[in-house]
This record gives sequence, structure tokens and C-alpha cells, in this order.
Amino acid sequence: MIKYFMKGLERYIEHPEIEFATSGHRACQGCAEILALRLALKVFGKDTVLAMATGCMEIISTPLPTTSWRLPWIHVAFENAAAVASGIESGLKILMNKGKIAQKDIHVVAIAGDGGTSDIGLQSLSGALERGHKFTYICVDNEAYMNTGIQRSSSTPYGAMTTTSPPGKKSIGQSTQKKNMPKIAAAHNIPYVATACPSYAYDLFAKIKKASMVNGPSYIHILSVCPTGWRIPSDQAIRYGRLAVQTGVFPLYEVENGKYRITHNPETLKPVSEYIQGQGRFRHLTDDIVAKIQERVDKDWEELKFLCSAK
Amino acid sequence: MSTKRGVEVSIAAADAAKLARVEVIAAYPITPQTHIVEHLSEIVANGELDALYVNVESEHSAMSACCGASAAGARTFTSTSSQGMELMHEILFIASGLRLPIVMAAVNRALSAPLSIWGDHSDVMAARDTGWIMLFCENGQEVVDSTIMAFKIAEDRRVLLPVMVNLDGFSLSHVIEPIEFPSQEEVDKFLPPYNPLYTLHPDKPVTMGAYGMPELYTEAKYAQEMAIRQSKDAIIEIMDDFGKRFGRYYKPVETYNTDNTDTVFIALGSINENIKTAIDELKKEGKELGLISLRLFRPFPEEELAFALKGKKKVAVIERVMPGGAANGPLFNEFSALAQARGLKIQLENYILGLGGRDVNPEEFLEIFENMSSPKKETKKNEKNYIVIGVRA
Repeated sequence: MIKYFMKGLERYIEHPEIEFATSGHRACQGCAEILALRLALKVFGKDTVLAMATGCMEIISTPLPTTSWRLPWIHVAFENAAAVASGIESGLKILMNKGKIAQKDIHVVAIAGDGGTSDIGLQSLSGALERGHKFTYICVDNEAYMNTGIQRSSSTPYGAMTTTSPPGKKSIGQSTQKKNMPKIAAAHNIPYVATACPSYAYDLFAKIKKASMVNGPSYIHILSVCPTGWRIPSDQAIRYGRLAVQTGVFPLYEVENGKYRITHNPETLKPVSEYIQGQGRFRHLTDDIVAKIQERVDKDWEELKFLCSAK
Repeated sequence: MSTKRGVEVSIAAADAAKLARVEVIAAYPITPQTHIVEHLSEIVANGELDALYVNVESEHSAMSACCGASAAGARTFTSTSSQGMELMHEILFIASGLRLPIVMAAVNRALSAPLSIWGDHSDVMAARDTGWIMLFCENGQEVVDSTIMAFKIAEDRRVLLPVMVNLDGFSLSHVIEPIEFPSQEEVDKFLPPYNPLYTLHPDKPVTMGAYGMPELYTEAKYAQEMAIRQSKDAIIEIMDDFGKRFGRYYKPVETYNTDNTDTVFIALGSINENIKTAIDELKKEGKELGLISLRLFRPFPEEELAFALKGKKKVAVIERVMPGGAANGPLFNEFSALAQARGLKIQLENYILGLGGRDVNPEEFLEIFENMSSPKKETKKNEKNYIVIGVRA
């Protein structure tokens, strides 16, 4: 057991050496998504039940009769992880109320990708957040439908090449801006919303800890670099995660009871071009498109700082 | 002690779920199911039932939440109709594939388009091969009894499958009938608390809903198929046990006046009461007609049907659903296959009526009876295999 003192959380958090996401899974080399879950589950600990949507993490972990999960785990379908988690939370609660199972603080965690969250699962998520179930929803965002072969989602960034947003004579690639899921989650006025990235593991630990301690719904949006889909070398996932944060493309912040706070502030942002450079999915972008992206990132960063300044 | 009271069948269905001591209810309102879920909400709100009511945002989430709650080990109930059943269609297959003993009251209603809030069997027939055990009810008493039995069937270790209790929208769900309610003590003795085989609990982590590669998928589905086929033994046993305890005996296939005649109707649900009225009318005229009623539709009770059909010459399969481009209605197709496989020499005819809440009166059944008795002409090219009763074509 390793202990870290977390600034912001103002307490020690434990980093157990025990693994709940075991090795032997079939994730691609350099996958930051399974890394994110591996780290997150260490903090959630053993009294956790997982409800996972269809997607990369489901498909790499559970071909019958094997499993990579040392926690109770269920997969029902693609668009309903939040609804399934609602049912689990309700089931455990009533069984405890009736004394049929022992009283215990069991945390229910729903996990879905960006497609399962911002597209097909948005309604189910919104319903579960609104109903106020005590659970954490984790969106592992790799910015496209990677499991089916890199198709665009509403979480794919502007300009990115995917197999269904290909650049061409009449296309710059993804023509729409990335949907702001954390903001949508925060609009439900739930106790805790945060963004995280496994490139900043301790920041992620602290946020998972907070989420698990909240008495109500919590939402964690994790940028999960996908070397396969982003067309980067498999040893570059951590670096690109850092660049996403350092350029302001993916700021690390939290919204605790409505109060915004940047948890890792780079003060001066690196130019977006440093993040875009080397990613095959952005290879086709011209300088004017990159400038447009920079403009948008600056605007979003200012807005975030403004939200954080609110008393 | 049981009590008899005059009550709307929807309210009775909710009261039956209460008698079964359901623990989680996840439902989304849709006509004509609403009175069931309203009454359950009320019962939970008043503290008359120790349960949680999850106000989900759609039927898809209703069935998904039911899967989660059932997997956690709670006795789980929901109810829907029509479009709602279509929206949860995807999850119906998963509930049965995961072997989750969820019970659902399906208040049968037509499907859009054109939109119709009224009763027929389009919804359940579209869901007939989802791997759910399916019971059909003729009247309110059967709704109450079937709902209580449904939990016992679903949770039986030999079964572990979801059960759908079908009752016709409005023509059954919204009528007031005298219904006998067993006492809580009697129901508790018949239906002990749910004791799940596997649950989602950290004390014993299990993986549910793993995916099947080609080398295992067939075996997984085969095991599930055997489970639903073999569930019939448990169903019969539970129906018998229910009869001994409560004095109302049920069978997968029931017959009415079939001994005196070689001409029978086969139908599902509440129209069977009208058919019985027609049969009694015919009897007064000295004409004999029988009825074979399927209380159990899934698993398809082949042996019982073959037995009931023994010696019958003319059979009319009456359905409340359009074939949708098929040669015949779905029920007819299954009977036709059964008759062929068992070498039954029967003149099978297919009649469709009562769509989208169209009234079905005993006169319509008399018409079918006359039509069956008249000599048959040869089928011409492009002629339908079925007759739609009362259609203004």
C-alpha cells in the first residue's frame, strides 16, 4: 500500500498495489483507456460493482469464459450503462434496507466510452444523474468509436480524421466541435463532476476518491489516448495525454457542488500545434484550420477560468 | 384468508406484484399500462410495500434497470405496452440471455403506424422469440394468479428466465371484475423470498454478460434454449401447486367444449371469453364448437396442443396481429408447423381480427364458424391464406 498526500483533497489517499483490472486482457499496445480504468479501480477498491457499456473495454476484457475483472462486473448493452447501474444501486439498497444482505458501502460504477456516453447513452445517463442514484459514471473518452474501427462520435474533435469523417475535397475531417460532456453532466447539478487523464495519475486518483465519497451521482470524464485511432506510436499515449492538458485542449478541472476549480493549471498554455503535430488523425490539417482550433481552445480556456473565478 | 373484491384489473395486477413482495420496480408510463405503475407508485409511496420504484426515463432504461436490479439479487417487476415494448426490445433478449428472473406485465396494445393506443397482439408477437416465458390471461383473476405464479416460475432454479404476463389493453386492463386475492400469508408460503444463484456483490465477484466467440456462442444459446424448453415441467408443477393451495387450477393449454366436436378455435387472451359466449350461443342452436386456449405461449406447449388437437378436423387460428408480409399470422405458422410435424390431418384456417382495439363480438366468431363450415373453393393465385374479419377493403 502506497500513500500519497493529495493537494485539493487535503488528505492521504491510498494507492493499493492490488489490481482489479488484471493483465492478460486484449487491449492494444499503449492503450491509455485500460490504464485509466486500472488506476481508477485501485482507488474505488474492492467494494465496487461495475456496469460496463459495450465498447473497447468490454470487448478486450471478457471473451467467454474469461474475464479481466476482479470485481463484480456486468455488461448489458451499449447505451444503458447508467440505467443498469441505477438498477444495481437500487437492488443493493433495497436488499440492505430489508436486511437481506449486510449493510456495506458498495460503490456502483458505470463505465462507457465517448460514444456510449455522449451519443447513444446520453439519455440513459441524463436520467440516472437526474434521479440522483449514488453512483459514479466514468466516460473513457478516446474521441471516436475505436472498437468498431475509428468512426466519428460527437466527442471527436474538430478536424480529426476518422473513417466516417474522412478529409477530402469537400471535407476537412470532423466538421463539428467536440461535445462538452462534463458541462452537460454539471448542468444536472450533481455533487461532483471532473475531468481526468491517466497521464496525470495522482490527479485522477484524487478525483476518483472524491467521486466515491459523494452521496449522489458523480461523473468523471477521462481523456484516454488511443494510439490505434489517433495514429500515433504506441509509446506516445502518456505524452499526448500530457500535451492535451498542457495545451488546454483537455483541461483538468472539477466541479464540486457547482464550484469549478482547475486542478492542474499550466498557467501559460503551450500552442495547440504541439499537440496536433505527430497525430496521424490531424495530419491533413492546414495552418488555417490549426489556427481555428487554437482560437477555440483559447476561448474555452478563458470560459473555464471565468467559471472558476465565480464565487 | 383470501378476499374477494370488485377491482380494475390493472389495479389488481399491481396488487398481485405487491403480494409477491417485489423489491425493485423500474417502469416508464405508457397507455394502457399506466394504471398498473401508478398504483405501484402509490403503494410504495404509502409504505405499504418495502420496494424501490425507479422512475426511469424510457422503457429501454426500464428493462436495463430491471437487469441491474435483478442481477443484484432483487425481485424485480416492470410493466409496459406497445411502443414501450419495442423500445425495450433489445434488452428483452439480454434479460433472458443473462437468465434474469424479471417479471413483466405486458398490457398488449397495437403498434404504430398509424398510432393506436388500443389493444391487439402486435407488441407481444414482435417479442415472441425473445426467450421470455409468456403467459396469456383471459380475465382479471388469471392476471392476479399468473403474476404470482410468474415469480415462482421465473425464480425456479430449473428455469431462471424472465416471464411476461400478457393481458389485453383496455378490454382487460381497464375493466372492473370481481377478483379473489389470496392473503399475504398464503402467498408468502407459496412464494418464498428470492434466493438468487449468482449476484453482483463484492463478496463474490462474478462477471455477467461476457461475449461469446463463434466457438462458444452456439453452446451458450443452446443451453438457454434447453432451459426455456425444459421450463415447461417446472411451469406445470407450479401451476399444480398453485391449484392445490388456492383452488384455481391452471394448465398450459386449456380447452372448452372440445369433447363434443371436431371443430375448434385457437386463440390467445381475453377474446377467449367472447369465443366461449359464441360457443354457448351455438350450442343453443344445436351446433358444436370448441376452444383451445393457450395460457402458455412460450415455451410453445407442443405436446399439450397435439393432445388437444387429437381427432379435430377443422381448426381456426384466430389472431390479433397482421402477418406483416408473412404467409400467415405468427400463431398460425406455428400451428401449421406443429400439425405437419405431428402428421395431424387438420383443415387449418387463419383469421385475423380485433386489430387496434376494433371490437370483437360473439357475432364475428359465429361468422368464422359459418365460414369454416361452408365448402372450400380452390385457392386462386395471389389470394391470401388468411381472412381479415370485418375489414372494409
